[in-house]
Order: sequence, then structure tokens, then C-alpha cells
Amino acid sequence: MHAIVCIKSVPDTTTVQINPENNTLRREQVGSIINPFDLYAIEEALRLKEAHGGTVTVLSMGPPQAEKELREALAMGCDVAVLLSAREFAGADTWVTAYTLALAIRQLAPFDLVLCGRQAIDGDTGQVGPGIAAQLGIVQATYVSKIRDLDTAAGTITVERMLEEGTEVVLSPLPTMLTVLKDINQPRFPTPRSLRRAQHIEIETWGADRLAGVDAARLGLDGSPTRVKRIDTPPERAVELQVLNGDSTTERVGKLVNVLSELKFI
Amino acid sequence: MARLVIDKELCIGCGQCVDACPFGALALHDNLVAVSEACTACGACLEVCPVEALSLPEVSASAGGNTNEYAGVWVWIEQFQGTATSISWEMLGQGRVLADQLHVPLSACIFGADIGHLAPLSISYGADVVYLADDPELAQFRTEPYAQVLQELVRAHKPEIMLLGASSRGRDLAGAVATSLYTGLTADCTGLEIDGETRLLRQIRPAFGGNIMATIFTPNHRPQMATVRHRVFDAPPADASRSGQVIQVPIHLDKAKAFSRILEFIPQSADTLLSEARVIVSGGKGLGDARGFDMLHELAELLGGTVGASRGAVDAGWISYAHQVGQTGRTVKPDLYIACGISGAIQHRAGMGTSRVIVAINNDPEAPIMRFADYAIIGDVYDIIPELNAQLRARAV
Repeated sequence: MHAIVCIKSVPDTTTVQINPENNTLRREQVGSIINPFDLYAIEEALRLKEAHGGTVTVLSMGPPQAEKELREALAMGCDVAVLLSAREFAGADTWVTAYTLALAIRQLAPFDLVLCGRQAIDGDTGQVGPGIAAQLGIVQATYVSKIRDLDTAAGTITVERMLEEGTEVVLSPLPTMLTVLKDINQPRFPTPRSLRRAQHIEIETWGADRLAGVDAARLGLDGSPTRVKRIDTPPERAVELQVLNGDSTTERVGKLVNVLSELKFI
Repeated sequence: MARLVIDKELCIGCGQCVDACPFGALALHDNLVAVSEACTACGACLEVCPVEALSLPEVSASAGGNTNEYAGVWVWIEQFQGTATSISWEMLGQGRVLADQLHVPLSACIFGADIGHLAPLSISYGADVVYLADDPELAQFRTEPYAQVLQELVRAHKPEIMLLGASSRGRDLAGAVATSLYTGLTADCTGLEIDGETRLLRQIRPAFGGNIMATIFTPNHRPQMATVRHRVFDAPPADASRSGQVIQVPIHLDKAKAFSRILEFIPQSADTLLSEARVIVSGGKGLGDARGFDMLHELAELLGGTVGASRGAVDAGWISYAHQVGQTGRTVKPDLYIACGISGAIQHRAGMGTSRVIVAINNDPEAPIMRFADYAIIGDVYDIIPELNAQLRARAV
């Protein structure tokens, strides 16, 4: 079994701060982490490898510093790491990101599964996974909360997907692209042994010259159909907090009931 | 390669652009600004530069074909077991506004089996034309066959704008179709407007967990595709007297392709339909344990709402992930959000900060949620919520 996990290096938003003077993100103290959703994809691939044997490749596109996140993925137990990093890749939107990653995945074939997190916590689009599947012409199963069965002999995978109205159980032909939810597992931490093992693995860095069949006009910012035209800070909620005071719980709750009644919620 | 052009003769090294850059792509070196590959050519720095040292050359049209051939606004009507989801009508409402501004027709695409009844409904909500693909193969939503049908329709009829709901299905379908058509797709829009000068669709969406709002254009590719968040736009009143044209779409799926098979569907209790909820009662770590959710379920029932939860409560195992509101859960926009024992961390706020009215019930008057709630009761949730339930029950009698 060969599983390819796509990960993204994202700013650590738990440390993101807004600069009160100009309302922009204060980036200077922000470190980078593996997109938290991608940790579940890595973990799920590793569990499949433990159950079925095989190889887990971790793939990312980003600046050279994203090597740090790939090294962490290797430390969790991935076997091969590839970083797509070159000037011509910079500024890619979701279409181009999926295109570029799909070209790299073709170079890494044969594979049974492509795994992605549900979405990245910086862009929040959730579009790259489905884009990769469409680029590769393979079946996709998004919002996967459980893998029920992987049958490499029959070439099928059975998963549970969490949709708005309930859970869908789907049987898909391999290769399949999965995006996973945080509900699916508890990602492992590296052990001293796995950290040592990871240090001996070389992370390959690929430029566009490594991607067979690439159309250079479809890379980076120039190839991207979308353009970010403006960035604004969202309008603050124009609210003034009204604390509902009173001597007793009954009185305070009574005030809330009046508010709900005035606003026609009851 | 970074597209921003810096005129080093003009730059005075004031650093205002460094602060203004949302992507951290600018830095000062030797008292002059330098740009890194993190630059997305958004233009935020251009506005703040006092000496006009920064510029962005216009990008020439790429392989998008002739954008003038494309006309009309399309909405994908999402249906589940024969019932259209509320986002579908909300999009028809805003789609009508956009189509009227552009003086083009508004069309609805409905795929499924035995879904003919949705055609006149779509017309009553504002569609001029309905493309109806009614076929047993399309009975259940599966991305690949749905994407095949939608791609063929778009290639044949060339709409300039295509809207889909930012639901699990809408996001999947939009991602697959935009990829095959090589066109731009903007996820999770909370604003859609027509730019008067260029006729382009201004797509406004939150990013970085709602910390910034980005305005995105698809200048040279068509259709301009966007997924739209729930409850951002109001559904228009249905007008049964409207008339429109219904076009039956014959489908011929590529049988050589292996599709997924849906083996089973396990419905969830209706109380987890958070994205469409008008009232949400949410619980957090302040509840202390799983039993706290019993009284929240009761409160939600009394208010005709659904139950949500913070990440803390979900991670503690008190309630299932399907209920999670926030950046790593669902994004919601109810009319009323009652946060019980929720501190209001930035990740939670990202998922509910646009609720119309926010009520906080918390024993900590300094909790972050007090900075963006409309009403608060300071006190123990185990005192307040049972009393609230009792008073609501008494009123109902």
C-alpha cells in the first residue's frame, strides 16, 4: 500500500495577534506548524501502513522553511518526504496548488490513497483535496470520520463520511483521495526512536523541472485564476454588552426572558 | 515570483507597508522595503505607501478563452432526498440581485431522481431557467457523476457566474468542476457584489479564522465560481406566479469511470443541523461534565433551536464532534446564539462571531466572550439555565 499525504505549513494561529494600530495580523512572532487537520491525515496513513504494510509519502508545497513540517511528519513515521519549493510555484491559488500537487503525485505513482486534512486553518477553503482528485481523475471521499475497511486485493476502500444530515458509508475504488476530519483519530507524538530514524531520511526538494508534463503557464501566481484584490479587517460587532444584573437568579433570568421576548425569540 | 514592484528611488523606508501586509511578505533591509515570495499581489501595501513607491503591473489574460462569450448567473440547487436545502433559495435570492444588475437571466441547476417538483419551486424563488437532470443514476449525490453533468452543462451554455452552497456537497462539487474547467473558485463567500466598472464578481470571504476579509476576483477565467455560506443572504419570498423555462438535461455518464457506491446512510438527529439553525444553544468547558448538555438540550428544545459545543467540550468527550462550532468545527450564523460556559477563544469566535444576537452565560466577567456578546448573565450555568428553562416552560403553559 502506498499512501501519499499532502500537508501544509501554516502560521500557528494560537499565537496570532492582531496589531491594534492598523488591525492587521501581527506575523513577526508567529511560528509555523503542520496544519492541524493534516496531522489526522498523517496519523490515518500511518495506521493503514501498520495494518497493511507499505509506504507513506508526505508531500508539501511551500517555502524552503516548510522542511521543518516535513521533518516532523517523518518523525511521526512517514517514510518519504518531498517538498515542492521553487520561485515559479509562489503565489499559487487553490486551483494551481491542486494542479502542482497532482503533478508531483503522478511522479510518485503508483499509489492507492491520497490523504489530506479537511481544510487548512489559514485559507479555510477545503478545495485543494477535491481539486487534486479531479486533476488525477480519481474518486474522492471528503469529510471522512472513519475508515471501515481497506481491501488492497479487491482495490476498494470503505469509509464513513460526516455530512450535514448524517453519516454516509461509501465504497470507493482505489486509488481514492480522502480528506479526513479531526474526529477520525488521535495523532501520535514522535518517539526518541522515530525522531532518530527521521534524521536519516533526506527530504527531496523538487522544482518545476521535476514535474513531467507541466504547463509552466499554469504555475504560481500567473497561472492562478483567482486574484486577491483587497484585504480588510472584518467590521467589529457594533455591540455594547448589556450585563443583566439582579439580586437573584430569578430576577436576572427574568430580564433575559424579557429580552428574548422583545426580540421575538419566544 | 513576487509581482510587487518596488521603486527603490522613491522608497523612504518608513515601514508602513510592512505593517499593512497581511501575508508578512514585506520587510525592511538597509532602510528599503524588500518583498518575499509570500506576496500574493493583494495590493494592501499600495494604499498605505505615502510616496507611491509600490506598484503592481497588471497581469495579462492567461489561457481562459474569451470571457465575453459567457453570460448569465447560475445557482446549483442542492437537494437531499427530494428536499432543497435552505442555502439553495438563499443563493437564488442573491443570484437574482446579481443577474438584474448584469441584465442577464438567472438559471437553476437541479440534479437528482424524481426531483421535477423542485423546478417550479426554483422559478418561484427567482430562477428564469431551470436545467433539470432527473435520472436514477443521480438519485444520491456523488461528486464524480454530478461533476460530469455540471461540467457538460457549463461548457454548453457558458454562464459567467456559478454559485454553489458552502456545504459538504457544494464544496466537493465546486472543487471538482472548477478544476476540470480551469477556472477560479472562491470558497465560503459572505459577500457577493458586481463591480460596476468591470462587471466582475466581487467575492468577499473571511480567511485566517475570520481575522481578515479578502476580496477576490476571477478576472480572466469563466465561469466565476463561488461557494456561499449559509444564512448570509436572505431567502426571497416564493412567488408562485413567476414563470420560467424548464430544460430537461439528458445525461450520459462516462461508464468507463468507476464511481463510488453509497452502501448506507445513517441519519443524524435533526438537532445537529447547525448551519441552518435559527437558534443555537452551545456549551463549553464551563459545564464541567457531559450532564450539563442535558439542560442545554432542554433549553434548545424550548427555543426551537439546536445544540452546539465548543472545541473544549467536544475534546473532553461530552458531546460528539458533529456539534462543534468554531474554526475546526462548523461555521454558524443563527439569529440567536446562547453561549453557556464558553470563554470565547478566537477559534470559537471564528465560527459564530457573525450571529445576530449573542448571549453569554458565564461566571467569569472577564471572559473574552464578554467583548463581543450582546447580553450576559454572570453566574453559574447550573443556577441560571435550569431557572431559564423553568421560566420558559411557565410561559409556554
